[in-house]
Amino acid sequence: MVYSLPEEVLEHVFSFITSDKDRNVVSVVCKSWYEIERWCRRKVFIGNCYAVSPAIMIRRFPEVRSVELKGKPHFADFNLVPEGWGGYACSWIDEMSRSYPWLEEIRLKRMVITDESLELISTSFKNFRVLVLSSCEGFSTDGLSAIAANCRNLRELDLQESEVMDLSGHWLSHFPDTFTSLESLNMSCLGSEVSFSALERLVAMSPNLKTLRLNRAVPLGKLSTLLQQAPQLVELGTGAYSSGIRSDVYSALSKAFLGCKELKGLSGFWDVDPSYLPAFFSVCSRLTTLNLSYATIRSPDITKVINLCPNLQRLLVLDHIEDSGLNALALSCKNLQELRVFPSDMYVADANVTLTEQGLVSVTQGCPKLQSVLYFCHQMSNSALITIAKNRPNLTCFRLCIIEPRTPDYLTHEPLDIGFGAIVKHCKNLSRLSLSGLLTDRVFEYIGTHAKKLDMLSIAFAGDSDLGLHHVLSGCESLKKLEIRDCPFGDTALLANVAKLATMRSLWMSSCAVSIGACKILSRKMPMLNVEVIDENGTLNPKLDNCLVEKLYVYRTVAGPRSDMPGYIWTMDRDSANKI
Amino acid sequence: MTPLLDVEGDGPGNVSLMTSASTMESVFQSNPGLTERNYLGLSDCSSVDSSAGILEVKRSNLNLKATELRLGLPGSQSPGRDPDVDLASSVCLDEKPLFPLLPSQNIVVSGSKRGFSDTVDEGNWMFGSVASKSLVQGKFITDASANGKISSGTQPTMIRDATSKVVPQEQTHATYGASLNKVNTSNPPAAKAQVVGWPPVRSFRKNILATNSKNNDEVDGKPGPSALFVKVSMDGAPYLRKVDLRSYTTYQQLSSALEKMFSCFTIGQCGSQGASGRENLSESKLRDLLHGSEYVLTYEDKDGDWMLVGDVPWDLFIDSCKRLKIMKGSDAIGLAPRAMEKSKNRN
Repeated sequence: MVYSLPEEVLEHVFSFITSDKDRNVVSVVCKSWYEIERWCRRKVFIGNCYAVSPAIMIRRFPEVRSVELKGKPHFADFNLVPEGWGGYACSWIDEMSRSYPWLEEIRLKRMVITDESLELISTSFKNFRVLVLSSCEGFSTDGLSAIAANCRNLRELDLQESEVMDLSGHWLSHFPDTFTSLESLNMSCLGSEVSFSALERLVAMSPNLKTLRLNRAVPLGKLSTLLQQAPQLVELGTGAYSSGIRSDVYSALSKAFLGCKELKGLSGFWDVDPSYLPAFFSVCSRLTTLNLSYATIRSPDITKVINLCPNLQRLLVLDHIEDSGLNALALSCKNLQELRVFPSDMYVADANVTLTEQGLVSVTQGCPKLQSVLYFCHQMSNSALITIAKNRPNLTCFRLCIIEPRTPDYLTHEPLDIGFGAIVKHCKNLSRLSLSGLLTDRVFEYIGTHAKKLDMLSIAFAGDSDLGLHHVLSGCESLKKLEIRDCPFGDTALLANVAKLATMRSLWMSSCAVSIGACKILSRKMPMLNVEVIDENGTLNPKLDNCLVEKLYVYRTVAGPRSDMPGYIWTMDRDSANKI
Repeated sequence: MTPLLDVEGDGPGNVSLMTSASTMESVFQSNPGLTERNYLGLSDCSSVDSSAGILEVKRSNLNLKATELRLGLPGSQSPGRDPDVDLASSVCLDEKPLFPLLPSQNIVVSGSKRGFSDTVDEGNWMFGSVASKSLVQGKFITDASANGKISSGTQPTMIRDATSKVVPQEQTHATYGASLNKVNTSNPPAAKAQVVGWPPVRSFRKNILATNSKNNDEVDGKPGPSALFVKVSMDGAPYLRKVDLRSYTTYQQLSSALEKMFSCFTIGQCGSQGASGRENLSESKLRDLLHGSEYVLTYEDKDGDWMLVGDVPWDLFIDSCKRLKIMKGSDAIGLAPRAMEKSKNRN
């Protein structure tokens, strides 16, 4: 006899299970658990919006309150995905507006969303609370006006790095006088000025405002006014951080910062005038997050700030920090978990900036909790990488970008295979890795052998042959996302590992050696994959199987081929295949 | 432009892994006649054809017989192969042999596996949308069927949607070419060709830093500012393109790059005006279309006003240009009195 708990009890238990992975596991225990779980799932995360259709999602999970979708491939961030590729939110918004009247949260990343969809959101969901549009595009401030005007219970509006058609700064005025629920606003990506009085009014009537990220156009002189209205802020993104020589601005700002006892995160810092930096020194001891990655201030100034922030957990900064600044970081910030160092000059090493591999080595030595690294630099050595690996086996994310492709170990002139090999060998929980520098097939052998927890791998200008790709596909058991550009990987490795592709979210290969013939074979063998060949130049002749494809994007799906592909994408016509 | 591939015909070839920028340029310049090639040097194809090969795969000492990747391909070219050697992925035992690729070779296969050429007629390849029209350019051979689905013949067929057909030249072509020119004349230290999407920094950040470095006093001695991407739209075109304004130094360069980028849309329009599907447009006809009163190039400046491109000095232009739009001449009348005059002069 099987005694089972009543549904209500199970549902109550399940309500404590919030992680998607755990929920998915729960749902496959047995049929009744599947049923109970699907009725009480409130949050859905869809890592590839084309992997499933809105209808399928709605059919399975009828009571969802929060949806997160991702659209374009990651390399779209670097202009590798042509315009018009897809990632349209429209059909999702349309269907959800009909089926999820109680939807509260929508989070989109790398998707295209129109003003019409934004308006639909604002009028369809009475309890709408959170809108996050991360690296999205296709909409204007008119859409934002609709959101402001109609979402009475809006708590969060985050436009992180989206491309917004900036028609007017007056969208902020559309928040009605009765609107008091705002907790988080990120408009840092907006280009033009917003109406300051509207902004001030909004801040004044939002007692729960915890996060405020301004855009560059908000002058420093106005910042103190806002801070005085919102001393409860936890995260602040400044606007332009300079104001000429104005002692009154400085003292007002200093005083305002003094009042912000809850402030834990600072960002913004566009156009920094170093003489204004001390104005926020009073909050440094509490800071856990600091984003100076748009501030072109020099190492001494950066170091001064860092030395005041012992509780720093997350630092984003330009390479102006130099090795000296990173040494200071290693000494002062023992709680550091994440470091991102961006290049100030994209192409040529700036003679004035001394950022080398040594800075990174220091930080990995001095910061025991460091887990996540993104580091742009011009030189690296195997010995440094080995030291880093041994210093920091707890790394979970290691993204190294040596700016010049195929740069060897600058000391030995060897490939960096053993260096990265040490990383994957020692950092057993590594889930994200980006490679750079001169690399042979060897490094992929190491990765395939050791990187068992690797979830996402980015490869560029590396490897010698198909063997490299084969090592990765056959060895990396947890691999979900693989993106490759400009590597000599081709048909053989791809076709030898077709089953692997069905266990992954997606594979991107551009400027590699994959032929259209192999794509056809892959398509035919794996009907659960969408094999999309991007042919921007129009030079592809799909009849000639030897023809190399420019860009290839393969992903698993239960929704079949998508219907919104632009003309430059080739896929297999399955209907004809079935007729044979 | 040196050929991409340096095929000696025997022995290990040279690996020269070209950047995507240069490969695109080469592809653009290639002629459409494609020859089949075997990338591991097993066939005796001789001529270099850069259009088929975007990259040359290193053919060094990779002993194909020894590598596991050749497993599971019984009947392929190496007779001494043991077809039962197991492979990491067992599904692959069903693989059709990839090599050799020349159709004339008789591939001996065992069991139910078919030769590669037999599989070629399966699977039609079509453009994303279920197309209803077919449109031809000189290069492509299609069964010019007006209907979407084409029954499989001896060759896979492709279907094209006239409205969404694309032959835009990869923007990196102009970028690469133009930045090379620029590099030679003005900025010797920044002699690297700018590879698309490398280093992997978001355009958001690139654009910000570009503006920063302009404002920053310490800009002296910094060679080569970073990219400045703006969107380019065209009336009637289904989607936008992005161009890097810093990769050009004159209006002429920008103009010709845009011409090439958007030529496909213009051809489409021409085709839909009654020309038969197989008509090819000559280059001069195309140029006429773009230079004639049909289209003008406009831009939106920092104040949000739409201006005709070409009135201000180039440096001032890229400073203030937020985005570009290729408008019909008739729409541009309201722009500025000079606009009409200019388009008249072009006729």
